[in-house]
Amino acid sequence: MSIKVYYFASLKEHVGSSEHELDFTQALTVNEVWLQANAELVLPQNTLAAINMDYVSWDSLVSDGDVVAFFPPVTGG
Amino acid sequence: MAIKITELAFDPYHELKLYQNTQLEHLGAIGATSLFIGTMRDFNQGSQVTGMSIEHYPGMTEKQLDLCIEKAQGLWSILDSLIIHRVGTITPNEVIVLIAVWSAHRGDAFDATRYIMEALKSTVPFWKKECLETDTERWVISNTSGYQ
Repeated sequence: MSIKVYYFASLKEHVGSSEHELDFTQALTVNEVWLQANAELVLPQNTLAAINMDYVSWDSLVSDGDVVAFFPPVTGG
Repeated sequence: MAIKITELAFDPYHELKLYQNTQLEHLGAIGATSLFIGTMRDFNQGSQVTGMSIEHYPGMTEKQLDLCIEKAQGLWSILDSLIIHRVGTITPNEVIVLIAVWSAHRGDAFDATRYIMEALKSTVPFWKKECLETDTERWVISNTSGYQ
């Protein structure tokens, strides 16, 4: 299975990349996606996660073809 | 209902007028128009700010704005709404966001405008990075609650 992972704003700078592609063979949670993609990095507090542009909790399962995004609290308006 | 994300500076009153010209189906039904315009300050958290860049997550931005409007429609009787938000490079005094809500009665328009603005501030994926007078940059860490 394969997913795309996007990073935005300060998290993109923290990770040093705007996106990753991740292949996996068994079901992963959002938290496990972060750990597989960025095992060496500390996860900043308050980081938010989305699957296919909907907010999700960190124990949500990802599926083949999903787009997962990680980003800091939003500051628009 | 319309949502627009733009890199270009805009005149909110001109945009409002243009949009109102398209509201033919609501002629006679609109009794209230409520408007919120957010502009960029030249100061924040004790620092002089000379500019700002706003990043967003294309697609999720529009999806979450749609959700803000959908939730507002569930709470108040809204005839129409318009949201315009800047992205990219912005300078002080420029408009960042316009929210307009039209309804039959003022209570619905006032309350829905406030609700949409607060929901935008807490759920829609925009991120501001400020340029300071000292030639340094910093991310805005979080939005404060408008109800405090």
